[in-house]
Amino acid sequence: MNKFILSIFLLTSIFSTTKIWAQNGELKIIDVPELEEIMVQSEGDTLKVINFWATWCKPCIKELPYFVNAQNQFPEVEFIYVSIDFSENASKAEKFAQKKNLNPSGLFLIDDVDYNSWIDKVSPEWSGAIPATLIMKDSKKYFYEQEFHEGELEELIKQKLN
Amino acid sequence: MKKLISLSFVLFALLAFSFEKGGYELGDKARDFSLKNVDGEMVSMDSYENAKGFMIIFTCNTCPYSVAYEDRIIALHEKYADKGVPVIAINPNDAEKSPKDSFEKMIVRAENKGFPFPYVYDETQEITKAYGATNTPHVYVLDADRTVKYIGAIDNNTKSAEDADKKYVEDAVDAILSGKEVPVKKTKAIGCTIKWAS
Repeated sequence: MNKFILSIFLLTSIFSTTKIWAQNGELKIIDVPELEEIMVQSEGDTLKVINFWATWCKPCIKELPYFVNAQNQFPEVEFIYVSIDFSENASKAEKFAQKKNLNPSGLFLIDDVDYNSWIDKVSPEWSGAIPATLIMKDSKKYFYEQEFHEGELEELIKQKLN
Repeated sequence: MKKLISLSFVLFALLAFSFEKGGYELGDKARDFSLKNVDGEMVSMDSYENAKGFMIIFTCNTCPYSVAYEDRIIALHEKYADKGVPVIAINPNDAEKSPKDSFEKMIVRAENKGFPFPYVYDETQEITKAYGATNTPHVYVLDADRTVKYIGAIDNNTKSAEDADKKYVEDAVDAILSGKEVPVKKTKAIGCTIKWAS
């Protein structure tokens, strides 16, 4: 009986996490609870890198190629890109992300302009300025409100993986 | 001895904290400045007689979030300047890092939008650092004594003024004018990072 309940629980938890995953380079528009689901990280999970960007943010666009380099170098790491473009610009953000070769299964756009209600949920350290990146490993969160330069992100990921 | 050790720990923590966190917190007294306005004149808070407060807004030409709020910044000034709480808009961005935020481009932007408030340039970024602004737009509401009463966003809907149901800056200014406690004192908003000179 316990096993049964456990498997139901596991199944539903699998479905509830996979249902929000974006597919095939499609950018998925999400709300705050879905963003929170993406940011769930439990012990033993792979390292997650969540980058907050927008098509209008120059320093974000400048650092994206370094994220793609890291994507290629660390296939075991999950790369997630959360655009904060307005939802009417979703297709623009999607095309841009595809062109830049951002992880096709990690493309999201957070559609909630009541920013004060959710910025602290990403990190209390976040002022709200972008670019911003959250690295998650073994249920620990590391937050970076900065633009990464060549090699810096790879170095950081290596550190966190060890 | 134990006391001394714990005291030095406290001191160390205080020092570390104050070094790490630049900028104003609620209750701090904000410094005045003398910055060049788009009309060529220098603007400071001292040049306002009998001000009951200020809305100091760090904003710029280029950030889409700043642009989205321009009309609302104009409306704030029009609503409160006559009541003694004007807007002073400060562009904090380094023109080399962000050429479209140069002083010349500020003049163009101010003319196009018909800004009724001073739009001044913090060329050395000294004031921006002193206040601790991190992104644009970023608002500091001060009372008559220039005590910081509110830090954060203008309202809770960047996209549309009509859909904003929390008007943080208006509420703060209303509270100051009626001698009440500011209801929401600190908020966060998505914005463009300030382009610091290297």
